[in-house]
Amino acid sequence: MQRVLTFLILSALTLFASDAITGEVQKQGLNMSAIVMFFIFVGATLGITYWAAKRTKSAKDFYTAGGGITGFQNGMAIAGDYMSAASFLGISGLVYAKGYDGLIYSIGFLVGWPIILFMIAEPLRNLGKYTFADVASYRLRQGPIRTLAAFGSITTVILYLIAQIVGSGKLIQLLFGLQYEVAVILVGVLMVLYVTFGGMLATTWVQIVKAFLLLAGATFMAIAVMAHYDFSFGKLFATATELKDISIMSPGKLVSDPISAISLAVALMFGTAGLPHILMRFFTVSDAKEARKSVFYATGFIGYFYILTFIIGFGAIVMVFKNPQYLDMAKQAIDGGSPILGGNDMAAIHLAHAVGGDFFLGFISAVAFATILAVVSGLTLAGASAISHDLYASVWKKGQVDGLKEMQVSKIATVGLGIVAIIMGIAFEKQNIAFVVGLAFAIAASANFPILFLSMYWRKLTTRGAVIGGAIGLATAVILVILGPTVWVDLLKNAAPIFPYKYPALFSVIAAFVGIYIFSVTDNSESAKVEREAFEAQFIRSQTGIGAEGASEH
Amino acid sequence: MKKELVEKIKNDPNYIELVAKRTAFSIKLTIAILVVYFAFILTIAFDPTLLGTPMSSDSVTTIGIPIGMAVIVFAFILTGIYTKRANTEFDDLSNKIKNSVKDM
Repeated sequence: MQRVLTFLILSALTLFASDAITGEVQKQGLNMSAIVMFFIFVGATLGITYWAAKRTKSAKDFYTAGGGITGFQNGMAIAGDYMSAASFLGISGLVYAKGYDGLIYSIGFLVGWPIILFMIAEPLRNLGKYTFADVASYRLRQGPIRTLAAFGSITTVILYLIAQIVGSGKLIQLLFGLQYEVAVILVGVLMVLYVTFGGMLATTWVQIVKAFLLLAGATFMAIAVMAHYDFSFGKLFATATELKDISIMSPGKLVSDPISAISLAVALMFGTAGLPHILMRFFTVSDAKEARKSVFYATGFIGYFYILTFIIGFGAIVMVFKNPQYLDMAKQAIDGGSPILGGNDMAAIHLAHAVGGDFFLGFISAVAFATILAVVSGLTLAGASAISHDLYASVWKKGQVDGLKEMQVSKIATVGLGIVAIIMGIAFEKQNIAFVVGLAFAIAASANFPILFLSMYWRKLTTRGAVIGGAIGLATAVILVILGPTVWVDLLKNAAPIFPYKYPALFSVIAAFVGIYIFSVTDNSESAKVEREAFEAQFIRSQTGIGAEGASEH
Repeated sequence: MKKELVEKIKNDPNYIELVAKRTAFSIKLTIAILVVYFAFILTIAFDPTLLGTPMSSDSVTTIGIPIGMAVIVFAFILTGIYTKRANTEFDDLSNKIKNSVKDM
């Protein structure tokens, strides 16, 4: 034990030491307007949490905000979950760097939503209570299905959390001049506060407030950019291509070959439909009608947001690129070119300064931070629910536990996840974590989605098929990511990848579906027969909502 | 759900109509979005230069820009079409089914 501690302390010291070397280049001076606005936001969200805490009395309140969120509000919250700092800064940065490729990428993220609406949203709402495992295990054996679903959820959540929290640490370091470790701890502590005290109600409203601020800020930036060019896309693009080159107007290297293209599409489409923190939002509305309205509004907000990020990316090309104010001199001296301070992901942040000065830079910085907080809170709540509702209450206690006790376990799990997120965030600071979000989507698409989808629509699905097939999907996704270019070459420094494609989803999703099919149809056990017979009743409930969970009374 | 209830709903013409209509509609719309998206992404994969064709000889704007935007708008419109029909026609049918089994 002592040796482990010494090791940890030593590695922590190394981290601090290495920070001292590279930190100076990265860190910026304190930005006062950003800090003031950040404190206003944190104050407001803690106010929301206090208000929500008084209304969060039962487990149902804690997990689903009592089921009383409207379709419009939930649409905004779902859009908020999706409009993470990674997608705001990452996609506008991608447009800034590669032009059209950024649009291709964002379209991939959007097209999953109509499919969620047509296939998943209503049955999910009608069958589930708190987590998507409720649906997957509706007529199957609770123990094995929930264990697998919880495992899939927790893995997805932790991977996603790492990506968000590492990004947030760097972003905050850059925007507020805070030390990386301090930033990570701050994010971790705030998210634990929101979730443990305010549950889903606080998490949802923090997300709604942030989504509104982000959309408002991004709209302002896009309008400010377009106003410079008489609201003519032609003029904007003409100036941008003069500064960069004509290639930004056409598809580039993002989609290189048909297999990669299809595989990325599969990961994004089915991955979205398997993200536990997104699926959980469907239980916060009162019925299937509100669930479908949620997706309608969410798709609208997300689509609008992606059009804005496209304009913002081009705005950054014309107003930030080659602007000496945002040039990273130190980096230029080494690498040449016109690198901007903080890298391409900072394009939108610099653009905020270019169009709105220090005040608006402060606003967008505070919104970016708010975005991180809101997204990690939703993730943490989804992870904690998988632990408390699926593993603790359903698998371990076999459902024989009262709601308050379950809620208590959920809060403990939240604190645990918060600690894990902080430790991982600090440990992964200097790692190349580009693969992490891809892996999260691959697992969500290959393990969570096939089980959920088939449990809703396929009569012959059995526990054996779901567990073995789901495990095959999970294992295939993980192994192919490790053997693929992002980990095998970029991270482990091997010369060539064993598996040539960056996105394994096409293969791992097929593996999961085939595995589930084979091990279900060959399942002739007594329990399989019972499970198939139970399909009819489940299907009726999923289609009509008869017997579905309602909203709580208060 | 009780066995009699399942049997009753299963044979309810409203239920049969609801499932048939909704399933057909969902599948049609899913195919629509898949065809549009895969046509878009596979065009890029097989012929990357096609979407890079300029809108006109004196413009730098390529046809890929409005096409990409159109895919986003199309996705949103499809969700609107589904939501509208489901909120009226499908919900009417499920309300009829619910009312017919209220006392069971």
